[in-house]
Amino acid sequence: MNPTQSVMLITGTRKGIGKFLVEYYTQRGYLVEGCSRETPDWTCQGYHHHCTDVADEAGVQAMMNDIRKRQGRLDILINNAGIASMNHCLLTPIATAERIFRTNFIGSFLLLRESAKLMKKNRYGRIVNMGTVATPMKLEGESMYAASKAAVVNMTQVLAHELAPFGVTCNVVGPTPIETDLIRGVPKQKIQAILDRLAVKRLGHFEDVTNVIDFFIRPESDYITGQVVYLGGV
Amino acid sequence: MTQPSREAIQTLVTQCLQEILNQRGTELSAPLTADTPMFGTGGLLDSIGIVTMIVDVEQTIAAEFNATVSLADDRAMSQRNSPYRSISALTDYILGQLSEGA
Repeated sequence: MNPTQSVMLITGTRKGIGKFLVEYYTQRGYLVEGCSRETPDWTCQGYHHHCTDVADEAGVQAMMNDIRKRQGRLDILINNAGIASMNHCLLTPIATAERIFRTNFIGSFLLLRESAKLMKKNRYGRIVNMGTVATPMKLEGESMYAASKAAVVNMTQVLAHELAPFGVTCNVVGPTPIETDLIRGVPKQKIQAILDRLAVKRLGHFEDVTNVIDFFIRPESDYITGQVVYLGGV
Repeated sequence: MTQPSREAIQTLVTQCLQEILNQRGTELSAPLTADTPMFGTGGLLDSIGIVTMIVDVEQTIAAEFNATVSLADDRAMSQRNSPYRSISALTDYILGQLSEGA
């Protein structure tokens, strides 16, 4: 498959790593579709934006119908949309717990299910879900975030089996803290404490994430599925 | 949306099934009929086959009739008389869904 013809869908593209992924993959010739709840304040050649909430089933189905009509195919899904909320479990409202699980887990599931239906047509697909080192590190104050991403990991590993007959692979990349909005509200000493537990004691870079995604989405990676790669040496 | 005819839906279901059987190299001992067992005892499709069939039919209905049907909801899975048992049964089930959504 020629990567210049590949159609990629990235969720959560308005800012942070999602925005970086759009720039990175459009520069490499991919036809990139993306979504976020709100319209981004930037544009990018080769990129088409959808204002879609990943946890809204009807909205996701409408987006996929639009992609099917305009592109006729989908080759790659990067399930990037995610939210976090750091708090002690005794101070975590049920609404926060539900919101995190709806976006991080239900949203990933919906995108995965609808994308795989499109990928099945060509018996080819690459799905990359976002995990986090908070899961294996059992980080205090991140119970809902870490658990929602643990659910994503487990779902990915089960779906790797279910989707293999259709030529679709599913894998997870688990980043360390990266300088984005997601960690902006976290005290510096908390971040440093996480970095001190890594083999490579530094913040992650966007390029560390694309390095792993590039590997997962290569056509040659058809024998790589159900895998989780955590960054930083957890 | 105008409700598609029974004949149109049955033709669509038959074509989807025929295509899957062709892709899988399944040889038929007799031509497909509305009552040919599709899934379950003596059926032509295994579990992956029926997953493929359901998704293909849903997508074809969306493309041809601009209508959304969910053929894999809990109700279909738990029906004693499975709607997947034959072309005729699946056709009836789709028509029921389309009329509910109309």
